[in-house]
Amino acid sequence: MTLTKTFATSLKALTRNITRSALTVLGIVIGIAAVIAMMEIGKGSSSSISKTISSMGANNLLLFPGTAASGGVSFGAGSSLTMTAEDCEAILRDCPAVAHAAPLVRARVQVIYQDKNWVPNQIAGTTPEYLAARDWLPLAEGEVFSEGEVRNSSRVCLVGQTIVRELFGGKSPVGAEIRLQGVGFRVLGVLTSKGANAFGQDQDDVVVAPWTTIKYRVNGSGGSGGSSGSSGSSGGSASGGSSSGSVYPGAASVFPPPNTTGGQAAMPVRFANVDQIYCSAVGPDQIQPAIRQITQLLRERHRLREGEPDDFSIRDMTEMAKALSGSTSTMTNLLLAVALISLVVGGVGIMNIMLVSVTERTREIGLRMAVGARARDILTQFLMEATLLCLIGGITGLALGRGAAMMVKEFLHWPVEASVEAVVASIFVSASVGMVFGFYPAWKASRLDPIEALRYE
Amino acid sequence: MTDALIKLRDIRRTFHLGEIDLQVLRGISLDINRGELVSLTGPSGSGKSTLMNILGCLDRPTSGEYWLDGVETSGLSNDRRAMIRNQKIGFVFQSFNLLPRTSALEQVMMPLAYTASGLSEREAKKRAVALLDRVGLAQRLDHTPAQLSGGQQQRIAIARALINHPPVLFADEPTGNLDSKTTNEILAMFQALNADEGITIVIVTHDPFVASHTKRNVHLIDGLIDSDTPNERMARLTAGEAAQRAPASMSPSATGATP
Repeated sequence: MTLTKTFATSLKALTRNITRSALTVLGIVIGIAAVIAMMEIGKGSSSSISKTISSMGANNLLLFPGTAASGGVSFGAGSSLTMTAEDCEAILRDCPAVAHAAPLVRARVQVIYQDKNWVPNQIAGTTPEYLAARDWLPLAEGEVFSEGEVRNSSRVCLVGQTIVRELFGGKSPVGAEIRLQGVGFRVLGVLTSKGANAFGQDQDDVVVAPWTTIKYRVNGSGGSGGSSGSSGSSGGSASGGSSSGSVYPGAASVFPPPNTTGGQAAMPVRFANVDQIYCSAVGPDQIQPAIRQITQLLRERHRLREGEPDDFSIRDMTEMAKALSGSTSTMTNLLLAVALISLVVGGVGIMNIMLVSVTERTREIGLRMAVGARARDILTQFLMEATLLCLIGGITGLALGRGAAMMVKEFLHWPVEASVEAVVASIFVSASVGMVFGFYPAWKASRLDPIEALRYE
Repeated sequence: MTDALIKLRDIRRTFHLGEIDLQVLRGISLDINRGELVSLTGPSGSGKSTLMNILGCLDRPTSGEYWLDGVETSGLSNDRRAMIRNQKIGFVFQSFNLLPRTSALEQVMMPLAYTASGLSEREAKKRAVALLDRVGLAQRLDHTPAQLSGGQQQRIAIARALINHPPVLFADEPTGNLDSKTTNEILAMFQALNADEGITIVIVTHDPFVASHTKRNVHLIDGLIDSDTPNERMARLTAGEAAQRAPASMSPSATGATP
């Protein structure tokens, strides 16, 4: 007997008693509907949780240059001048697990606006990528400076909410000019409030500007500007330039001179060392691959031989990443357990009714055997009936579950996310439930003696 | 070798009921040629149903040989015997054994589901419609058993038995659940099928009236053939005469035509 014929026979048998078929499959329908609805709601909330956690920086990686040592005296992390903006571009280009990468040059100087002054907690010289990496877009007001403005060392900046409060008294600063180290910066936009970070530092007490501007115009001008926080690596453009040139043989050791005229064509501002590179991985599970890829790439670029230690270090937010994956996997496991129980209950229901059905249809089985059905034809027919029943139930449950999730979204405004895996799994699982729980009744049917079966009252 | 369609040689069948061995068939040897219309009679417990199950390849003899259409079947596997049942044997039962809530057309086509031949759905339907027409139910293709009388149900069962053009038809008490009028109709149909199409028919019955409508009667007692007698009057009935009688008897208005 061919499979199509079995299919047709099974379908006819199911439609012969449609009420019973519907009631039989109700367990599976409810089970699958519950699983799908919970999966969608669960996935929605877990992805909104993970979004929140990653906006705190769980996906982020911090790259520091390595240690410089002189005569056994180490100067601590970040003291060598080996990390360049070009490294940052290469990471972005060649590491698929990295979503964003931005160079970071720090400064700690006084900011002046009219008659007020303030020393921000952080002055970050970077590229627009930095805001994407920190999940800091869109802005509260105004717009981000462009890549072109980074190349041109333009005197533009973005300010955080604390700066707005302290220097501008809460008024919009867009278009105003503030002075850092005597250099005038036009305020292009205002960052949204991020509040304090995990260590209590005010993240809104920040000025973000093109790294080239900070490096060459702020840190590079005047003797007092070169304090540059703990790293000290950005100090002195001339010396930095020559040292980076000697570290990488073959690389041009040209620093662009501070571009005071502004109107001049953009000079390539490469081969300049930066204090940090700020990266973000594509997802929480891509943090380790990202670290591997970055390490390999930087070792290659820095021409480190086998056995030589890295001249850089990578820090990740292990603690936060753990919290992130932990919250997701707990949710998934819980749902899986619920799904499994409800499907087993549904499956037992199927088996029960199929057994009744086999008993009730004993004469039919006898007749089919008398007209030439082999044991295996009977087995496949009943197995097909159970599988078909469960599959129909699964698909109905799927539709109901999706409907329920939509209703929750509509009326309760919970975050809901469709899950392709759940759809595929529920169809696969319902078919398997049919096969597993339909097998015993089908096997029993196929073992009937045709003579006895024909005589069965 | 004669052209015996059915050849039984010393068929024995023993049932093991706990400690006791029950010998139901105790050495049956019988030849049935093509085109015969045989009745198998005997008191209850004489073994006629057991013999019928063996003839129909539903059961295997404990010992002995059973040749059906040139094939020795007693040693075949279950699957091979299922194929023989499908291809060479038609069954008609006392209780009709129709599928509930299934149309007449689908009932008749049902055995084709187990036939290996690649008969298309359209051909199968055509064949089933022709057979239903042959048994006088061309107008009832879509009726379910619940909407049909006993005689009509049995005629559907006969059409179903014939769907694969088997050489032999086994009928187990085919008129046991029918009144005398419908009994006549069904018997006339068997006679017509036998006379017109040369189908070999074996009818198991305890009713002497039914037996008198067959060409040959085999009587069993205690698992042995007691008598094997040709029915002179029926045997003389030529094919032409049977053909004349059969269509008349099939129409509901002329049921009295059968003697």
